[in-house]
Amino acid sequence: MSERIVITGMGWITPLGHDIESVWSNLLAGVSGITPIAHFDASTFPTTFAAQVKDYDWRPYVDDPSLHEGVGHNTGFALGAAAQAWKHAGLDAFADLDPTRLGIYLGSGEGSIDFDNYVASCLASWSADDRASDSVAWARTAAQRMTADREIEQEPNMPLTHLALEFNAMGPTYNCLTACAASTQAIGEATEILKRGHADVMVTGGAHTMIHPFGVTGFNRLTALSNRNDDPTTASRPFSRDRDGFVLGEGAGMLVLETLEHARQRGATPLAEIAGYGSTADAYRITDIHPDGRGAAKAMRDAMQHAGVGPEEVDWVAAHGTGTKENDSIETKAIKSVFGERGDAPPVSSIKSMMGHLIAAAGVVQAITAVLAIRDGKLPPTANLHDPAPDCDLDYIPLQARDAAVNTCLSNSFGFGGQNDTLILRRI
Amino acid sequence: MTGLGLGIEATWTKATAGESGIGPIQAFDPAGFDCRIAAEAPPFKIRDHVPKTYRKATKVMARDIELAVVAADLAARDAGLQTPGTTNGDERSYAPDRVGCHIGAGLIAGEIDELTAALAEARTAEGASGGDFDMHKWGESGMSHLTPLWLLKYLPNMLACHVTIVHDAQGPSNTITCGESSSGLSIGESLRVIQRGAADLCFCGGTESKLNPMAFLRQVLTGRLNTTSNDRPADAVRPFDKRATGMAIGEGGGIVVLEAADTFDGRDGAQAYAEVLGFAASQTVNRQTKNRTPDPEGRAIGAAIQNAIADAGVSPADIDLIVPFGIGCPEWDRAEAAALRRVFGDRLAQVPVLSSKAQVGNCGAGSGGVDLAFAAKALQAQTVPPILNRDAPLDGLGPAVNEPTAADLRHAVVYSTGYGGQNTAIVLGRLEQ
Repeated sequence: MSERIVITGMGWITPLGHDIESVWSNLLAGVSGITPIAHFDASTFPTTFAAQVKDYDWRPYVDDPSLHEGVGHNTGFALGAAAQAWKHAGLDAFADLDPTRLGIYLGSGEGSIDFDNYVASCLASWSADDRASDSVAWARTAAQRMTADREIEQEPNMPLTHLALEFNAMGPTYNCLTACAASTQAIGEATEILKRGHADVMVTGGAHTMIHPFGVTGFNRLTALSNRNDDPTTASRPFSRDRDGFVLGEGAGMLVLETLEHARQRGATPLAEIAGYGSTADAYRITDIHPDGRGAAKAMRDAMQHAGVGPEEVDWVAAHGTGTKENDSIETKAIKSVFGERGDAPPVSSIKSMMGHLIAAAGVVQAITAVLAIRDGKLPPTANLHDPAPDCDLDYIPLQARDAAVNTCLSNSFGFGGQNDTLILRRI
Repeated sequence: MTGLGLGIEATWTKATAGESGIGPIQAFDPAGFDCRIAAEAPPFKIRDHVPKTYRKATKVMARDIELAVVAADLAARDAGLQTPGTTNGDERSYAPDRVGCHIGAGLIAGEIDELTAALAEARTAEGASGGDFDMHKWGESGMSHLTPLWLLKYLPNMLACHVTIVHDAQGPSNTITCGESSSGLSIGESLRVIQRGAADLCFCGGTESKLNPMAFLRQVLTGRLNTTSNDRPADAVRPFDKRATGMAIGEGGGIVVLEAADTFDGRDGAQAYAEVLGFAASQTVNRQTKNRTPDPEGRAIGAAIQNAIADAGVSPADIDLIVPFGIGCPEWDRAEAAALRRVFGDRLAQVPVLSSKAQVGNCGAGSGGVDLAFAAKALQAQTVPPILNRDAPLDGLGPAVNEPTAADLRHAVVYSTGYGGQNTAIVLGRLEQ
């Protein structure tokens, strides 16, 4: 392996807060960010709650808000998280960065549809007799109601585009959208770009919200969400016997990555290194994970091999741990196939038990948590885990955070459809 | 797959014959829009392009996904690959974990009829006139009229995921969503994955269909569509012509099989079109338009082209063919022309700059895959297709050439600049046959 790639800045906007330290405190205290949905009237939906970002405005984070007026929630989260990371890395006070050597690799989700105007256009053009929409009537209604800004800002590359505007990034830029694996994949690929010498600094991470009517509808139809409407704060129960689905979250997390050499030259403090990355596909079914966790286990092995890390060196696994029946059993099986049984396998936790599932942004908030675990020697708990499922028989750090010597962490993200990504983060 | 045909030979034959794939939109009635032309993909049956055991899964494929599955099937067969998608037997050209898949995708719009049939069940009043949408009714019962797997039809990563399943590609897989640069970035990522030894072969490129009212409206709102030439679609798109008035939507895309030279050399029955020599990506920053157009000088576009040429270890003087983005929108074409003049200097007038969007339109996330296929095929055939609709070329570029031309083509550069400002360039070299 050639160059070491280090994290020099981090930021996040999450359901548990808007800055690194307060969210970290909440995670260690087992606080839940889950509440009834306030973004729209979900009171009759099968699921009425989510982990929402509260009291947030992106404007204080940016230099010139006029560049970003009209952005979607996802882009707003991205701007705040990236501004924190940028400042944390000291890039706001570093004048010598060549814009063509500044790249961005995000794993961000699409924006949300202009629901009221979309629905109005559909219903205005609907013929119940033909069971078809009249596309001419649809077009005329929609053209009157929908706006360029609102539509264009839904494109999944818009968080990226706005970060490029904000930071004057003219180097290699990408957005990937491998569902729930996206931001882990983005971090892995950003690392590879730095290793090849195609940038000096990469901003990477992801932003997403699917807490909108069609997002919740889509996951409800898949029966993927918890329906524990009478007790939202404890609804996210990864690895529990009575888990009944995941809880939608939203937000963003961002990292600043650079080569160790570049960080040292400019006097930046490396927080941890991205030591390994594995990417695989289940190539099994669109609707199901491979029953042995074939692709998940391979992603973990590839990342460890890439990092030159043996199973005994991994101190903590940041699980994908969604709280669905299928994921948690199979992820456990995959972890055991890589590390062995409880006792041999490292402790595992799922921060989704508190923060919900940030979908495309889920991986980067795990990565940030891993860096903080390494920094402070503390492992966050899996909240609500009073009664583990029989086939979930690892040490999941139930209920209470724990002090531990943490040097190396593994973080998993698995996307709907079977794209799997794993990162190894290590103390520098 | 493009408006000209299914598969590389069909598209190439018609492209070199100077045909246009652009015509009146058939996919929906476009009378509500000022632009009513596009290059639609030719008819196909998705069932013919997947193994029998996978036919049921075609029910959860949006049109964009179907296009990717068909294009990957055509590419795998063209490459002579043995995968579960191309052969009934157990023979495999590669171990599954050595096969990667990086497919670019667009923002997939839901089918309006499918969704509205459910939305209509959640109105306040019954009957033909209906009533207003009622969110409570939607939550209680309306949404249950949607098929349970509805969401999975529209996730952009499903293009890659279905292809990985059909061809048992268990290696690295990604879905890049950067507008019209999605294909180029995906092909570049496959290149890097192969170069770093994480796979021996990758499916890459992209496909997209914007031929439904919602996706089409989003393009209308970008202000780039041609609204002046509905009555003469073949002449409508005029890349790098002073009289250009806007682009046409294309449907389709290109899936490309990239293969490591050493494993390719050991494979029976394999033939290659070209060698991938260089790749680069860059980002436009144009604050005046919030990156919704390139900067007038095309600075970042030029940087991507220059860096890809440098990555290939060649110089601009070694490039004999340019496959541009060139969508026929004046503001975009002018920025590209400025970038090309800067990179190629006076020689630009002698280097053919293709006009493929005049024939296949702008295939969105799929356009870079189509462009790369054109470049690879041209290098293999040592032929430049006709360059159409450029009677009054922008400064520095050569004029239209209405016939295909035999030429000594050593290297080609293919680039794109996506809506939002992501740019990518790839340099191909010819292979000695």
